[in-house]
Amino acid sequence: MKEFIQVTVDGIAAGSIYGAVALALVLIYRTTGIVNFAQGEMAMFSTFIAWGLLQADVPLGLAILCTLGLSFAGGMAIERLIIRPVEGSDPLALVIVTLGLLILLNSGAGWIWGFNNRAFPSMFSDDRLDIGGVHISWESIGITGVTLGVVGVLWVFTQKTKLGLAMRAVSMNPESSQLSGIRVGRTLMIGWGLAAAVGALAGALIAPSLFLDVNFMGAVLVYSFAAATLGGFDSPHGAVIGGWIIGVTETLAGHYVDFIGADLKILVPLGIIIAVLMVRPSGLFGSREVARV
Amino acid sequence: MNAATEQRLRVGGLIAVGIFAAAVPFVFGPYRVGQLTLVLAYAVAVLGLNVLVGYSGQISLGHGAFFALGAYTAASLVEKASFPHLLTLPVAFVVAGAAGFLVGLPALRIRGLYLALLTLGLAVATAPLIKRFEGLTGGADGLNVVQPEPPGFLSGLALDQYVYLLTLVIAVPLFALIALMLRSRVGRSLVAIRDNEIVAKSMGINLATMKTGAFAVSAAYAGVAGALYVFSVGFVGPESFTLVLSFAFLAAIVVGGLATVSGAVLGALFIVLVPEYAADVDDALAGVIYGATLILVMYVERRGAVGLARRIWGRATRGRQDRAEREDRGGIPAAGVPTGGT
Amino acid sequence: MRIKSRVQWLIAALLALALIAAGCGRDDDDGGGGGGGGAPGVSDKSIKLGGSYPFSGPASAYGTIGRAAKAHFDWVNSKGGVNGRKIQFVTLDDGYDPARAVSNARRLVTQEKVFALFNTLGTANNLAIWDYTNQQKVPQVYVATGASEFGEDPDKHPFTIGWQPDYVSEAKTYAEFLKKEKPDAKVAVLYQNDSFGKNLTGGFEDAIKGSNIKIVARESYEVTDPTVAPQVTKLADSGADTFLDVTTPKPGAQAIGTVAKSGWKPLHILNNVAASKTLVLKPVGFEAAQGIVSTTYFKDPEDPQWANDPAMKEYKTQLKKFGPKLNPNEPFNAYGWAAAATMVKALQQAGGDLDRDKLMNSVRNMDTEIGLLLPGIRIKTGQGDGYPIQSNQIMRFEDENWKLEGQVINAAEK
Repeated sequence: MKEFIQVTVDGIAAGSIYGAVALALVLIYRTTGIVNFAQGEMAMFSTFIAWGLLQADVPLGLAILCTLGLSFAGGMAIERLIIRPVEGSDPLALVIVTLGLLILLNSGAGWIWGFNNRAFPSMFSDDRLDIGGVHISWESIGITGVTLGVVGVLWVFTQKTKLGLAMRAVSMNPESSQLSGIRVGRTLMIGWGLAAAVGALAGALIAPSLFLDVNFMGAVLVYSFAAATLGGFDSPHGAVIGGWIIGVTETLAGHYVDFIGADLKILVPLGIIIAVLMVRPSGLFGSREVARV
Repeated sequence: MNAATEQRLRVGGLIAVGIFAAAVPFVFGPYRVGQLTLVLAYAVAVLGLNVLVGYSGQISLGHGAFFALGAYTAASLVEKASFPHLLTLPVAFVVAGAAGFLVGLPALRIRGLYLALLTLGLAVATAPLIKRFEGLTGGADGLNVVQPEPPGFLSGLALDQYVYLLTLVIAVPLFALIALMLRSRVGRSLVAIRDNEIVAKSMGINLATMKTGAFAVSAAYAGVAGALYVFSVGFVGPESFTLVLSFAFLAAIVVGGLATVSGAVLGALFIVLVPEYAADVDDALAGVIYGATLILVMYVERRGAVGLARRIWGRATRGRQDRAEREDRGGIPAAGVPTGGT
Repeated sequence: MRIKSRVQWLIAALLALALIAAGCGRDDDDGGGGGGGGAPGVSDKSIKLGGSYPFSGPASAYGTIGRAAKAHFDWVNSKGGVNGRKIQFVTLDDGYDPARAVSNARRLVTQEKVFALFNTLGTANNLAIWDYTNQQKVPQVYVATGASEFGEDPDKHPFTIGWQPDYVSEAKTYAEFLKKEKPDAKVAVLYQNDSFGKNLTGGFEDAIKGSNIKIVARESYEVTDPTVAPQVTKLADSGADTFLDVTTPKPGAQAIGTVAKSGWKPLHILNNVAASKTLVLKPVGFEAAQGIVSTTYFKDPEDPQWANDPAMKEYKTQLKKFGPKLNPNEPFNAYGWAAAATMVKALQQAGGDLDRDKLMNSVRNMDTEIGLLLPGIRIKTGQGDGYPIQSNQIMRFEDENWKLEGQVINAAEK
C-alpha cells in the first residue's frame, strides 16, 4: 500500500511538471484561440536567458523575476511582429507559423548557448519530506504549489479585473469587443506576454531536475498537450488536473504493468485521451461547444 | 486573358513539367536524383494529407505515422518475406488505408483542435511502437532494405535512375486519380462537408462514409509514399519518423496551398530543399533560417490563401458564434465549387 | 483560384529552372572503384574527407565532435598537412536521421567526390550507409559509435571500421571490475532503449555468466523521455546494491541526481559516454558523484594529472586556436581531436601515392600511439582484429576528479 501511495505521489510530482507547461498553452489558447506549438521552445529560451543572468552572478530570485519580465515583453513582441500579420487568416497558417517559431527558437538557442546540458539551481531545498514512510521532495511540493498559485492568480485576474474581462471578451468575440471599445490588439499582446511569462516560470521550475538543454522542453511538451487536452484546452485548472491524471496513470502503469514497461508507457496517457475525447470531446473541464446551425 | 487561353496555359504548363520530370534522371547526378525521388514520394503523402485537410476539412498532425506504417510494411515484406518490391506497394496502400480508416472512426466524433491532438498522439506513439516490435522492424537500429533492381530490359539504367522513374511512374497515376476524384461528385461532397457539415448532411451526403473514406484514402497515399521512400533510401529507422516528419507534411500542404493538387509538389519541394539550402548557407544557423523562411512564406502566402482551414477550427474554437454571424451576413466561402488548381 | 494556380505553375517552373541551374550535370563517375591511380578526392595539394554529424536535433550535443575534428585537421594543415596535402573536411548535418545520413553519404561521395567518409556518427546512421559505401568501395573509417558490428566482420564490410572501444569491451571491463570488488553484487540496470543501451547491457550479462553477480532489476528509457527519475526510483526499490547506468549525459545527470535524493547508496557504475565532469558531474554536484566508477580510454582534459602532459597541452592550445568556440574541457572535443589524429596517422602511413585501397590497408594494419589516449593504450589493428581500440581503464570519482585505478584492461585478451 505504501508503495502504491509513493508511486502515486511521484506521479503527481511528475504531473505538476506537465501541468505547469500546459498552463501556458491553455493561456494562449484561451485568449487568442491559437494552439502555440512554440510554447515549449519559448519557455526553454526564457530559461536559458535566466541561466545567462545567473552566470553573471545575478541572484536566483532576481534572475527569475527579470526573466519573467523579459519573457512578457518577448511574448508581446512575438504576437505583434510574428503572429499579428498572419492572424485572421486560416488557423492552419497560424499553426505553421508557430511551428516555424519552434524551429527557429530551438536552433537559435543552440547557436547562442550550445547544445550541452547544464545545471539550473532550484528555488526549493534539496530535501525531502517523509510522511509515514512516503517521501515527497520539497522540489515537487514547490512545483505543485507554485503552479496552483499561478492558477489562482490567473483566476483572480480573468474574473476580477477589467483587463481580464477584456481578455475574455476578445477571446469570445473579437468584433463585438472592438465595437465596445476594447483594444483588441493590445489585449492579444498581453495574453501572449502572460503566457510567455508563465512558460518561463514553468521552465525555471522544471530545469533543476530535468537539466537545461535546448531539447528539454520538447519532451515535456507532448505530455503537456495531453494534459491540456484532458483537462480542456480553455481551462487553467483543467490543465493542472489533467497533468496530474496523466502523471499518475503513466507512473502507475509503468510501475505495475510489466507488459507496458517504460518504453510504451507513453501510450497510457494517449489511451486516456482517446477515451476522454470519445466521451467528452471538450475535455474534463473545458466549456462545451454549441454549434449554431 | 480568357478561359480558353487560361486552359491552354495550364495544359502547356503540365506538359512542360512532365517533360522536365521525365528528364531529371538523365540530367542530374545520383544525389540530386535521389533528392527528387524523395520529393516525389513526399508529394504523394502531402497530396493525401491535402485531401484530408484541404478538402474534407479534417486534420491530422500524425500523418508521419501512416507514412512510417507504409515504409515498414514494405521494408519488412522485402527483407523478411522476400516480397518483390512492386508487390509491396499495394500492400502498403491497403495496410495504411485500413489504419487510416480506423483512425477516421473516432475522428467522426471529434474535430478541430481535439482531432489534431488525437493525431498528434499517433505521431508520438510511432517510434516506441516501432522499437517494441523489433523482430519485424529491426528496432532502434533499423533495417537495411535492398533497393529495387532494374529489370532486364531496363538494365542500361543506373540504380538511382531506375528508382526515380519507378517512383514517377507510380506517383503520376496516383496524382491523376486524386485530381479526377476531386472533380467528381465525391470531390464536391467533400468540399460541401468541409464548408458546412450540417448543410451537407441535409443534402443527403453520408458524412460518415465520406469522412472516414477521406481518412482512409489520405492514409493509404501516405503509406504508398512510405514504401516509395524505402525504395529510394534503402533503410528504415525510427529516427526518420518522428514528429518532425508529421509537422513537415503539414507545413508542406499549407505552404504549397491548401486544397490544391499542384500544391503538394510545391510543398514537397519546400520541405526537402529549403532545409538543405539553409544548411549550405550556414551550418549552425540552418534551423533559424528554415524557421524564419517558414514564417515569411506564411506572411506572404496568407494573402489569397483559402479560408477553408477556418472551417476546421471554427467549430471547436472561439469565434464560432462570431463566424456564424458572419456567415449569416453572407460571407460564406462558396460551397460546392472545388477550389483548387490542377 | 485560377490566378493562384497560374502563379503556382510559375513558381514550379522557376523552381525547376533553379534546380537545373543548381544541379550538376550527370556524370558516369559515381565515385566508385577503388584501386588504380587518380583516386577521387585526392589531388596533389589536398585530400577531401566527408563527415555526417547531428548538428541539429535530439543528438545535437554530439555535433561538436565534428567541429573538434575539423579543428584538428586545420591545425595539421597549418603545419603543412599530410604528405604535403592539406585535408579538407566537408561536414553535413543529418539531424541523427538515418535517411539524411544516406542522402549525405550520396552527396559526399557523388557530388563532393570525397576520398573517404570519416567519423560518421550514430549506429543506425552508419548501418544505413555501410552497404552503399562498401558497394562504392569508399572508406567509411573511424565511425563514431561503439556498436560491435563495425569491427565484427571485416570481410563483409571491409571498407568500414570503428574507432572507440566497443560497448561490449566496456561492459567486460565493468564485469571484471565487479568480480574483484563485489563478487556477489546484485545489479540494477538502467539502459537507453536502443542498440547502445542494449549492446552494453548484453555484453555485461554475457561477461558475468558463471559468476555470483546477478542482475536483479532492469529499466529502460527512451531518448524522448523528459526524465529518468521514475525508472531510477523503481530501481532504488529493487534491493540492488550496484547500479549499472547505461545512459547518455543528460539522463546520466538525472539518474545521479535521483539516486542522491533517494537515500539509495549503490555502487554506481556509470558508462563512459556519460562520465564527463563538465557535462554530468559538475551540473549534478560533486557531492552526489563521490565513488562513481567508470572507464576511460583517453585522458580527461579536466584531470590535473595531465595538466603538464605534452599531448594535452598541445590539444588545449591548438583547439583554442583552431576551434575558438569549442570548450577543450568537453570530452566530446577531446574525442573528436583524438579520432582525427588517428585519421592523420592512417593517411600518413598510407603514403604519398594515395588511394582508397592503400588507406584501408593502412587503417587495418596499424600499431601506433595517439597523444590523447591513456598511456598503455594503442591504436592496434591487424589480420582478424577489426577494432582499433579495445582497451580501457577503470576510474573512480573522488573529491573533484576522476582517479584512474588499476591497469589498462585489454578486452581483446579475455
